[in-house]
Parts: sequence; C-alpha cells; structure tokens
Amino acid sequence: MQERQVLGGKVLTIPFKVCAAIVLIGLFFIGKRFIFGIGSVSNMNDGYPWGIWIAYDVVVGTALACAGYSIALIVYVFNKGEYSPLVRPALMTSMFGYTLAGISVIFDIGRYWQAYNIFLPWLSNLHSVMFEVALCIGTYILVLWMEFAPVLLDKFKADELKVRLNRIIFVFIALGILLPTMHQSSLGTMMLMAGHKLSPLWWSGFLPLLFLITAVVIGYAAVIFESLVAAIAFKRPMEMHLLSKISALMPWLLGLYLVVRIEDVNLRGYLPLAFDGGLLGNLFLLENLLFLAALLILAYPSNRQSPRLLFIASCAMLLGGSMYRFNTYIVGFDPGTGWQYFPSVPELFITFGIIAAEVMAYLWFVKTLPVLPKLTKA
Amino acid sequence: MKIRRRDFLKGVAASTLLLAAEQTPAQAKRARKDLPPNAVGILYDSTLCVGCKVCEHACKQANNKPVEHTNPKEPMWDNPQDLSANTLNVIKRYGVEGQKDTVDGFAFIKRHCMHCLDPACVSACPASALVKNPENGVVTYNKKACIGCRYCQVACPYNIPKFEWDSPFPEITKCQLCAHLLAKGGISACCAACPTGASLFGPVEKLRLEAKRRLGMKLGEYYDFPVANIDSTEVQQHRAGGYVQHVYGERELGGSQVLYLAGVPFANLGLPDLPEDSYVALADGIQYAIYKGMVYPLVVLGGLIYIIRNREEKKE
Ligand code: SF4
Ligand code: SF4
Ligand code: SF4
Repeated sequence: MQERQVLGGKVLTIPFKVCAAIVLIGLFFIGKRFIFGIGSVSNMNDGYPWGIWIAYDVVVGTALACAGYSIALIVYVFNKGEYSPLVRPALMTSMFGYTLAGISVIFDIGRYWQAYNIFLPWLSNLHSVMFEVALCIGTYILVLWMEFAPVLLDKFKADELKVRLNRIIFVFIALGILLPTMHQSSLGTMMLMAGHKLSPLWWSGFLPLLFLITAVVIGYAAVIFESLVAAIAFKRPMEMHLLSKISALMPWLLGLYLVVRIEDVNLRGYLPLAFDGGLLGNLFLLENLLFLAALLILAYPSNRQSPRLLFIASCAMLLGGSMYRFNTYIVGFDPGTGWQYFPSVPELFITFGIIAAEVMAYLWFVKTLPVLPKLTKA
Repeated sequence: MKIRRRDFLKGVAASTLLLAAEQTPAQAKRARKDLPPNAVGILYDSTLCVGCKVCEHACKQANNKPVEHTNPKEPMWDNPQDLSANTLNVIKRYGVEGQKDTVDGFAFIKRHCMHCLDPACVSACPASALVKNPENGVVTYNKKACIGCRYCQVACPYNIPKFEWDSPFPEITKCQLCAHLLAKGGISACCAACPTGASLFGPVEKLRLEAKRRLGMKLGEYYDFPVANIDSTEVQQHRAGGYVQHVYGERELGGSQVLYLAGVPFANLGLPDLPEDSYVALADGIQYAIYKGMVYPLVVLGGLIYIIRNREEKKE
C-alpha cells in the first residue's frame, strides 16, 4: 500500500486569497446572468451559440481533467502498478475539473431549471450526441467522487465504510476508464454536425478519434505538468523516474495523432488551406507544430530525464491539444452570415472564476488530505 | 491465463481505436430519410416575390412576435435585418439596383426553417424538444422539454433556431410552419398573406411537381400560377422568369419540405452549396460504427470490471 502524506501548512496564503477574489467577481457576473439573461454578460449570439464556457470550461477543461483517466489507463489496464503514487493527485485534479465543468454547464444552458429533462426516459433523445455526452459526464463526475471517497474516508477515520466501498471500488474504476473514452471521443463527434460551418481544417470524420487522442495526450501532459509544478511549489523532490517513464509513451501517441490529423486533411484535399497565410491556416500549423515539438523532445530518452525539457514538452502538449479543441469549437467555426464572437469581460471573468476555484480546491485538499505520496526521509 | 486476459484487453482497446479509424466518412453513412406520408411545405419562388414583406408581418401576427427596429433612432416600422428570436421569417434582398432576378441586378429570398427531412436540430436536441411530426413532417419546438443548450443552433445547417439571449427564462424560437394553424385545418400565415403566390403552401409531392413545371416554362411567356395554397383554385397569370435550373431543398442534405426557385445562383442568396447526404446521417453512422448501439461499451465494461477485480483481489 502506498503511503500518503497530508502536506499541512497554512491554507489562507496569498495565492489562495487572490483566487478567492477572482471567484467573487465571477460569482457577481453569474448572479447577473441569472437575473438578466445570458446576453447581459456574454457576447455569445445566434451565430456563435457556444462561447468560451463550452469551448474552454467543458471541452478543454475536461481534457485537462483527463489526468485521472490517463493514469488509470496505465495503472489498471496495462497493469503498471508502479505509477500508483500518481493516481491520487491525478484523480483529484480530474474530480475538480469535471465537477466545475458540470457546474459551468448549469449557467451556460438557458433553461437550467429543467436540465433534468434530458434524463427523463420519455424525453431523452438517444440519438443525440449531446445526450450521450451529458449522461457520460454526469455519471463520470459521480464516479470520480466515489473513486476519491477513500481519501475522504481516511481523513474521517470511517474505516468500516471504507472497507465496504473498497469491495466494490473496481466497478467505479472500470467505469472511470470506459466513460471518458466514450464522452471524450463524443465531444469530437458533436462537431460533426456543424458540417459546412466548421472549417475543413477541423471538420473531419476523424473528429472522434482525434478528440480521444488529444484527451489522453492532454491528460498525461497534465500529470507531468502538475507533478513538476507541485514539486517546485511545495519544495518536494520530483518524481522523475515515473514521469520520464510515462513520457516514453507520448511520442507514439503524438505520432499517431499527427499522421491521422495531417493525412486526413491532405486526403480531403484541404492541405493548401494550411499554407495560405490566413489565421485558420496558421493556427492549424501552430497546433501541429506544438505537438511535433513535444514529439521531437520526448523521442530522445536523455531528454526525458531532464525536468526542464519535460516541462517544456508538457506545456507544448497542453497548448497544442487545447488549441485543437478550442479551434474546433470556436475559431474554426463560422456560421457564414457575418456573425462574430469574441468573449466579453464578464464572460471571461466567469471562466477565470472557475479556474480560480479549481486552484483553491487543489491547495486546500493537498494541505488537509492525504493526497500526495509520502516522502521517505533518510 | 494472466497474459491472455491482458492481451484480450489490449485487443479490445486497440480494436475500438481501429474501428473509429477505419470509418472513412464514405463508409459510415446511414441511409437517407423518406418524405413523411402527408408532408406539407412551402415553395418559395424568388422570381415572383416583389419584396413587399407582407409575409413577415403576417408571420409576426400569427406567432405573437413583437416588431423589431434595426435602427433604434428611427423606430418607424418593423425592419428586422435577419432572423432573430422575434423574427421567424424574413425577406432579404441581394443586390440593390439593376434588373430584378439577374446576377448584376437584385433578387429576393425568404428565410425560415426548411423543415428538413433529416433535421440536424432534431437529432442534436438531447431533450427531444425539437421533433419532426411523423405525419406531416413539420419540425416543432416544445419549451417544456428544452434545456437551452443551443446545440440545435450549432447543428442547423441553415442557422434557423434563435435564442432569447436577453431573457432570464429564454426559449428557442423558429418557424414551426404555423403548426397551430395547420391543426385547425388552415395553412401557413405567410403563404396565406402572399399577394403574388411567391410563397405557396401545399403537399410537398405537389410542390415538387409544380417546381419542375416551372423549370420547364419558356422565358417571358404567360402561365398560370396558383396563389397561397397549391390546392386552391385561385390562380394568377405571370410571365415566366429566367429560372436557375435547380430546385433548392429537393436534395440538399437529404432534402427539405421548403423548396426554393430563383433567377440567380442560390449561393448569391445566402443558400450554400451542400452535399446530398446530411451531416446527421454521417454522425449517426459513425456513432453506430463505434458503439454498435451500446453493445461495445457494455462488452468493454464487462472486460474492464473482470480484469480490475482480479488484480485488486490479488493485491490483498
Ligand atoms: S432548417 Fe434547421 S431548424 Fe429547420 S428543420 Fe432543418 S435543421 Fe431544423
Ligand atoms: S436548446 Fe433546447 S431545443 Fe435546442 S437542442 Fe438544446 S434542448 Fe433542444
Ligand atoms: S410558416 Fe408560419 S411561422 Fe413559418 S414563416 Fe410562415 S408564417 Fe412564419
């Protein structure tokens, strides 16, 4: 059994207070949205019905929260128990990321008070990709909390409950692998329907596959990023042996992604668009160059031992993957009737509030709960 | 045994990926949808439209929608620029001067829901708030079901559904082919009001034939054109315009119950060139190929539970 450590220390630090202030501003605008309607805080419009709340909070946010999924995949499916020290912190970030994505959906949807409608059997539309995504994400949030529950039960010394939960935990672990596989690819399928409104540089029959791969890539990158940053911030040794082993996987995934991504655009005959010097073409190139850079760095075993290069590669993957997803939902989308969209300040602050809430929750949990692996001091 | 189980799992994961990868768009489509048995629709003939906008007004009256002032400084009369939550039907003009129905001149187009045969909005809606009537094919909206996710707006290839952005209790709005009037045996308000027969209501089969008849007319000669309802006896005589030889909406994305005829290329009127297979058919096909209707996910879940449970037990 892996030993865990409660980090301890003061919770009310300056970063924590700054985050709290941002959350308060966000809450103010959320209040405004509920009183005066979405149009009062957001620049979304009938041409761009989805803005950053969906494209960032949900589509990019849940990918960043795929850390838990990606680690569970190697620990449980490929039976690499040695990575289990990474499971708890990863699960925790996933839990926060998904929970907050779920919350931002509530203020994004117009008729939130009847959101439960989609789960009423006589109203559920089984053909709707949105239905599948909502069901999977909703269930997955519960699953994440169940998977994380042992940590909370540890804290409150509820041993009997923990034993009982441990007896069935494998069901949740299994669901925790299946559900993200489904909804992360479906987030791609969702934009298939946008058809001619989505630039051919992003619209593709391979959207589901590309979204699945980016979820896994971003998930691993988030694990690497989070561990390195936590090591520096909390002055702990870096888990380099594990991180460099995980990153050995990445060149393969990135290679697969790049081949499918480029070949798909090429076969459909739209590759020239990438080089026409326009915004979309340049963004397409940037996305893929970021992935290529990460691939080139991580392809060399010696580079994988360097925290600095690992950090750079993880940033490139996070950025490249997030851009791909964001562009698919916003930048590459053009309804074609002169509509434009750029998020408004209140709209941005609501998203910043979500991010700040996530950081606060992270700081609070690692300082008060046994999440990070215990250091064996000499 | 251990190794075999592990290989099985890897196999499952790999084959799921492959399955997704194997599906080139051409293979993954599901079949097109047929016209509902009593499908009704609208044939809009741009060459007959005089741009009087009586249909806009009639639509607002029939659907209780307020007037809209595009320029708030001159709130003289209703002048919406495009469809909006308060405007379910709009007449737009392409070009300003010159001869009507020529590329260098000007032409009108009427925009509202197309009542697609394979509607993207219906397939997208998670709460079945948008449904296609199996009898007459009209696509209607039910606010009691809608959650306001706006996926219908993203999905509609014609940007038809609109959202009440400034309401704390917003609804989606769109043309429902005046379903409330049809239920009482009437016809759509816009067609009833149209003075020239440019907007013509009727069974889609008949409208298709009528459109074909018009495409065969000789330029400049006089013909009879039915007014308001193709089944009515009221006709007007007009000179046949120079039609572009295409019925827009007959095949686009699997076809729609609203059909267009025009004297200038449809792309000039804001109606994009679209493939004959709907994006819905494609998305459905791919979803089905990956999931085989929930069978694959259950098999994978079973495999995962089996393997993880064994491992956890071994650890204890
Ligand atoms: S035009 Fe748009 S709103 Fe109307 S039926 Fe087709 S997809 Fe639905
Ligand atoms: S906004 Fe309403 S009608 Fe449109 S897809 Fe969502 S639930 Fe359905
Ligand atoms: S059918 Fe009815 S709702 Fe639709 S455009 Fe005509 S008048 Fe308006």
